[in-house]
Amino acid sequence: MNALATASGTTAFPVAERSCKVLFNRQVNRRYKLIALEAAEPFTRARAGQFFHLLCPQQAGLKPFLRRPMSVYGVRPAGHRIEFLYQITGSGTQSLGLIEPGDALNAVGPLGIGFSFDPSWKRVLVVARGVGMATLAPLVPLAGGESGGAAMSAVLSAREPDDLMRREFEQDAAISVHALFDSDGSSAVESVEALLRRLIASERPDMMYTCGSSRLLKLLQRLGREFGIPGEAALEQQMACAFGVCLCCVREFEVAGAHVHKRVCCEGPVFDLQQVVVDSPWSI
Amino acid sequence: MVDLSVRIGALVLRNPVMPASGTFGLEHSQAMDFNLLGACVTKSVTPTLRTGNPVPRVCETDTGMLNSIGIPSKGLAHFREQVIPAWAAYDTPLVVSVSADTVEEFALACAELTVPGVAAIEANISCPNIEADGRAFAMSAHDTAAALAAMRRRTGLPLWAKLTPNTGDIAAIGRAAEEAGADALVVANTILGMAIDVHSFRPKLGNVMGGLSGPAIKPITLRMVYQCARTVKIPVIGCGGIASAEDAIEYLLAGASAVQVGTASFIHPAVMAQIVAGLADFCERRGIARIADLVGAVKIEQPMSELEVRRAIQL
Repeated sequence: MNALATASGTTAFPVAERSCKVLFNRQVNRRYKLIALEAAEPFTRARAGQFFHLLCPQQAGLKPFLRRPMSVYGVRPAGHRIEFLYQITGSGTQSLGLIEPGDALNAVGPLGIGFSFDPSWKRVLVVARGVGMATLAPLVPLAGGESGGAAMSAVLSAREPDDLMRREFEQDAAISVHALFDSDGSSAVESVEALLRRLIASERPDMMYTCGSSRLLKLLQRLGREFGIPGEAALEQQMACAFGVCLCCVREFEVAGAHVHKRVCCEGPVFDLQQVVVDSPWSI
Repeated sequence: MVDLSVRIGALVLRNPVMPASGTFGLEHSQAMDFNLLGACVTKSVTPTLRTGNPVPRVCETDTGMLNSIGIPSKGLAHFREQVIPAWAAYDTPLVVSVSADTVEEFALACAELTVPGVAAIEANISCPNIEADGRAFAMSAHDTAAALAAMRRRTGLPLWAKLTPNTGDIAAIGRAAEEAGADALVVANTILGMAIDVHSFRPKLGNVMGGLSGPAIKPITLRMVYQCARTVKIPVIGCGGIASAEDAIEYLLAGASAVQVGTASFIHPAVMAQIVAGLADFCERRGIARIADLVGAVKIEQPMSELEVRRAIQL
């Protein structure tokens, strides 16, 4: 059994289903909302890159039947809460958007394998597009600041300045942020490449992380190979069970020359950057 | 203390609750104690290596889900060497689900899976029969009998036949399985369905069609359990949309000796433990000493004749 013994003598499982009180659910900008749930262990043990499976309520004519996987944006053990930053797209997130403070939200987690982070690293590079920023944000408290971890440079790309959510990403940490936008053309792949080459040359990062764009992922793969810098990418895929048993969330990976299927839910959602096959029929 | 144990042929289970194949695996040990279950049932293994169907492999409906996973399989040797030993950590009977393209492959797989650690074999005969233009074995009494008879010759383990609901007369298929040597029927599998995205005009599943499961199908599979249980002498295991102890009790009353829980575990990973507890509560409240007393206990004032049931089917 995978259970952990607790001080009270009862068994606790590393993954739990809990009904959590919603502390707030507020609009961050035109496109994104931030929801906070009151939480204890094992939820507050979630690591950067891990996710929760949220039971979005059936309400207001919305009928999400399956849970929705969502990577954790904030884990605040001292504040007894976890937070999710989300964009309203389908019936699940529409329903999530209607939840009021004081309501309950049922969640299962923490699930999946998160990012690796070595405290001895000197500098890391984060490349995020859109809401991919929310998945990478829990890395920020690990870097710099009082913990004395690696210094972090972040390249954040978004449609326009209002979408960037720089403050939500920085969380008051001393990191160096490069903001790029579609609206002024600065997010074009060529200019991102030029910026990344400058950053790599001057900072020599020990690790690169990315989420939110397959174009940026491919660019980072190429630069990672050229400069011999390891990287990790957080991926998305539609899920049903989120435990690794239903096999619906497979994607294609290249491991030591062989093409294999891996389950995003339990063999990821964070994968070795170089193993991700971007233009695969197994990606949706 | 309520006696929750049930007998499925030679096998005695500590309670009637087990997972449906393909919805449960060792990974769930992170969220639930397997020793609370009546049995564990594995995802189907096939003799040949398979990658499975294209994505998207699932989509939701208002009260259920469609899937077209397609039985990805790493083959029998991997299953024998890696999967079966891993289950030895649990004191719960292991039921191995097997699927194959031909009668001979089914028989071969049963022989190879008849090893220590396996308590029973569940034959997933809801899959396409390559020798019958891809029609599922369990859509035909003849093909069902051929597959079960061949498997029966190659294993001494309890053999369960998992039937498809995608057939006109499931009781006749059940009888064919019984006569060919099945020790129990699992009724049923998913119901063939389809969904289309009205924005893109494309099917929601990569495989176009898929199997519907969840609460949406419960009345249909419950009716099929009733039909099968009154037709065969071997135990029937109910499967289809069970999400609560009440759902499980309905199946027992209809004639199921045990139940399988599938889609509900995707929504509530430890739901089977709650169903077991709910069954004990129900029996205690109602003064029922043995859960087995509920099997087939549905009260129908004037039991229907075979002819009346047949008429009811045709509506």
